[in-house]
Amino acid sequence: MIASIEGQRGMPRPKPPFPAQSGLWGKPTIINNVETLAHVSRILKVGAEVFKSIGTKDSPGTKTFALTGHVANTGLVEVPFGTTLREIVLNIGGGITDDAGKIWKTGFKAVQIGGPSGGCLTEEHLDLPLAYESLRAVGAMVGSGGLVAMNQGTCMVSIARFFMEFTQRESCGKCVLCREGTNQLLALLDDVIEGRADAGTLELLEKLGHAVQVGSLCGLGKTAPNPVLSTLRYFRKEYEEHIFEKRCRTGRCKALLSPGINEVKCKGCGLCIKACPTGAITGEKKKPHHIDAELCIKCGACATACKIHAVEGI
Amino acid sequence: MNKATESTLTIDGRTVAIEGEQNLLELVRKANIDLPTFCYHSELSVYGACRLCLVQVEGRGISGACSTPPEPGLKVLTTTPEIREIRKIAVELLLANHDQSCPTCSRSANCQLQSLAQRLGIKKVRFKSVHQPVPLDESSPSLVRDPNKCVLCGDCVRMCSEIQGIGAIDFSHRGHEVMVQPAFGKPLGEVECVNCGQCASVCPTGALTIKSEVDKVWELIADKAKTVIVQIAPAVRVGLGECFGLKPGEITTGRIVAALKHLGFNQVYDTSFAADLTVIEEGTEFLERKTQGGTLPMFTSCCPGWVKYTEQYFPELLPNLSTCRSPQAMFGSLVKAMLPDQMKIERKDLKVVAIMPCTAKKFEAQRPEMGVDGDPDVDYVLTTQELAHMIQSAGIMFDTLQPESFDMPFGFYTGAGVIFGNSGGVMEAVLRYAAEKATGQRLEQVDFQQVRGDSGLREATITVNGSELKLAVVHGLRNARVVAEQVRAGKSRYDLIEVMACPGGCIGGAGQPVSTTRDTRALRTKGLYHADKMLQLHKSQDNVFITECYAKFLGDIGGEKAHHLLHTTYQSRRRIADESLALMQSENEDKLKVSVCLGTNCFLKGSQEVLNGVLRHGEQSGMEGKLDVRAGFCFEKCESGPTVMIGGEHIPNCNAAKAIEEIDRRIENDEPAGTCNGHSCNHCGK
Ligand code: SF4
Ligand code: SF4
Ligand code: SF4
Ligand code: SF4
Ligand code: SF4
Ligand code: SF4
Ligand code: FES
Ligand code: FES
Repeated sequence: MIASIEGQRGMPRPKPPFPAQSGLWGKPTIINNVETLAHVSRILKVGAEVFKSIGTKDSPGTKTFALTGHVANTGLVEVPFGTTLREIVLNIGGGITDDAGKIWKTGFKAVQIGGPSGGCLTEEHLDLPLAYESLRAVGAMVGSGGLVAMNQGTCMVSIARFFMEFTQRESCGKCVLCREGTNQLLALLDDVIEGRADAGTLELLEKLGHAVQVGSLCGLGKTAPNPVLSTLRYFRKEYEEHIFEKRCRTGRCKALLSPGINEVKCKGCGLCIKACPTGAITGEKKKPHHIDAELCIKCGACATACKIHAVEGI
Repeated sequence: MNKATESTLTIDGRTVAIEGEQNLLELVRKANIDLPTFCYHSELSVYGACRLCLVQVEGRGISGACSTPPEPGLKVLTTTPEIREIRKIAVELLLANHDQSCPTCSRSANCQLQSLAQRLGIKKVRFKSVHQPVPLDESSPSLVRDPNKCVLCGDCVRMCSEIQGIGAIDFSHRGHEVMVQPAFGKPLGEVECVNCGQCASVCPTGALTIKSEVDKVWELIADKAKTVIVQIAPAVRVGLGECFGLKPGEITTGRIVAALKHLGFNQVYDTSFAADLTVIEEGTEFLERKTQGGTLPMFTSCCPGWVKYTEQYFPELLPNLSTCRSPQAMFGSLVKAMLPDQMKIERKDLKVVAIMPCTAKKFEAQRPEMGVDGDPDVDYVLTTQELAHMIQSAGIMFDTLQPESFDMPFGFYTGAGVIFGNSGGVMEAVLRYAAEKATGQRLEQVDFQQVRGDSGLREATITVNGSELKLAVVHGLRNARVVAEQVRAGKSRYDLIEVMACPGGCIGGAGQPVSTTRDTRALRTKGLYHADKMLQLHKSQDNVFITECYAKFLGDIGGEKAHHLLHTTYQSRRRIADESLALMQSENEDKLKVSVCLGTNCFLKGSQEVLNGVLRHGEQSGMEGKLDVRAGFCFEKCESGPTVMIGGEHIPNCNAAKAIEEIDRRIENDEPAGTCNGHSCNHCGK
């Protein structure tokens, strides 16, 4: 930001010197976000004691989270530090929903906390009081205060890729580990999602993620691998399914799907033939139909069209 | 260790004293650990992008050594398994986005990326290639830009802006699309690059390299119909040896001559001869300006990087620039004027090759004014590095060659010509001449220590014949800008200013073997002063062949013939290439040229209407074959806009009626004339 104001290229500078020592035009500068400044005005108004009476010991006051994703009520919620995830997501947020927006009582899978480069929290963290120190302990961060709730239908590898793509695009391109590293992390995730990965991919993801995290020049790079590292930590099983079983349990990873028609179930009604955009399905009336894997683009239209769920694997 | 340096820290368990180092990296290197880096250069600002210099600081984790200030008591580890792995990953990441064509890459011999991959023991790049090929930029006469080999360390960018004060190249785009390139993706040959090549000399890879003319020279020496003579510049003799394992500064003049003869050059001469000639011409010019009230201060003009810089940024100071050509150019024009007759050959069959420490000399040799009817005075310029390649590719064992001597007469030189190769040398050589000329007495003490040294901006005052001469010696164009701005503001106290674009002068030129550090430069400079010491003659005026040259061929010093062959003119280059847009063109040779300025200022003052009016009038009165109408972009005459140039004449405060009247008048009187495109040049004085 300082560089941009000075009319320079928006790239981070090595620290020290910190902005408070030498910032805008070489002068000591403090940079704060709006929320901090809003708190400052309140502290000045009500006094530090009143402010500190809310929240936890090390994280006093309140925090505004941007709650979104598979929850009934999305939006900004301001809660005292120390409020549990359960309270925010299941109570204030009104509970987890399915893709159609209906409440899904047992649907909770995870939340992504702290923005695109934050970490994931799972069921085991539902009763964790959200505060700086407690989040740090589980490898997550308050960050920008984003809270994205995800239901059981969410593929965690795809989610990691989604956030990775974002941070990769945000890289300023200055330092090697962030510029090239985020790009390669993305490529490795693509390998997992598209069925090209092997055991080495997993190891490389972890090593590269660590290198980018430790070695990057600025905060963006240092936190960029978080989505990968934290999903690897809590949802390793899902990665392994993708890699070794070539299977995505949620069916989101198209490349891993192999739709087929169950010959026993199929009644040969032909509804799927009409639905298929690529003409991949053939079959005589009243006899089991067949999908040509070469032509199939894995769109799932046949499965939706088939009333008796004879199309499987998609 | 003295008392004041009691503060220490440990590096890999060893105690190291902090003695004013700016960062941990310098300390680590002092402790004899060559931490790898791409983006650190002691003379440039800290950038922190390559992440190779990572170290572990106890209690603080891993951080870049280049950007961590030393503090007493720190415990630093430079090679932990974790750091090794991160370093390997960083280099592999670079290689995965790199055109790995080492065997055919011109930096193969000393590429830092390649050697680092070896050092770190990288056997395989674990990442897949994400390299997207982009075209090379070969537009510059001096350099080749190959973005496919760039590791984005930014050294070139900082060199060009921090040391040269130009900023011809910079980063563009973001994320993994980042590139280093000239503004708006223009070719390097069309922007304000002065061809000094300093960017290439700090580039760790093959992304910025010298444009090689080696193949053309091989062809030339194989052509028996041609007489090929070669001149070598002073600085080459203290640099070339480094390519063959010798120490910087070691003088290898005799071996270079032998190698050049081996390669098949017909005559081997020394540019130092022409440097002696430059001293006489430039010294005389200076004394004339000083005693006859000419434009002062006078700037030296032997550095083509500086000359182009002045033309671009300080066109108003062009009268301050000595009109002397550089020694390379004097040499070329003199021998091509003298030798064909003597050798009874045609000029076109005499070819001149120059061996230079300099990439900008390639540009200079191509300037149209440095030639006769399109035949350049210097045909090809090879840098020290390119000569080393030729010697290596011919298999000549340089280190065991028997020294040979230059051919005469252009191989005879004095110490004054030799020290041209280092910053302060031209000044000292001119003083050795001017002091003697002004006093009419023999100068015994020839060393002018006052102008020696390595600071980028040095001043000295010398009293000659009772009058004080105020002198300045500058290297690095950013320093030159400071001095030039003083002159422009009328605040300069100097009489004579020597400017060299490259750090340390030509011994630090970009054509020299790479890895030019301050220490290397100091050794090369020492080598040249030593060469001066070892010679019998130290003053250009004592060069008997120069005296003879004037007597038999050139006539008077600074006389008409000397002026014609040894001096030159300059042009303002405020505007970059492609600045005008043709709107009505004609094949006709003597068409009338009309340029209407559509710059912001003139546009606001209504130049668009002028242009429309002129075009309409041209069509209606059937002048298509006779007019060449162009739109220009600011002629720098904004105060009197709208600016229109008709047949080379500037029409201030122009409007459509005025322009049409002038066009009609000229067409009627058949007075087209003028090839001037309206930009200030110093040919017609307008
Ligand atoms: S998944 Fe789509 S493309 Fe494939 S068979 Fe079904 S309808 Fe056709
Ligand atoms: S829609 Fe279902 S039942 Fe009907 S043909 Fe297709 S697979 Fe068989
Ligand atoms: S720049 Fe270096 S690593 Fe790249 S191709 Fe050239 S020699 Fe090889
Ligand atoms: S050659 Fe000199 S002026 Fe041109 S880009 Fe390189 S450093 Fe800048
Ligand atoms: S061109 Fe060379 S010096 Fe410039 S950024 Fe690329 S690798 Fe670094
Ligand atoms: S200082 Fe010497 S080497 Fe550098 S550009 Fe000028 S003439 Fe060339
Ligand atoms: S030298 Fe420190 S990051 Fe490049
Ligand atoms: S804008 Fe026309 S002369 Fe400057």
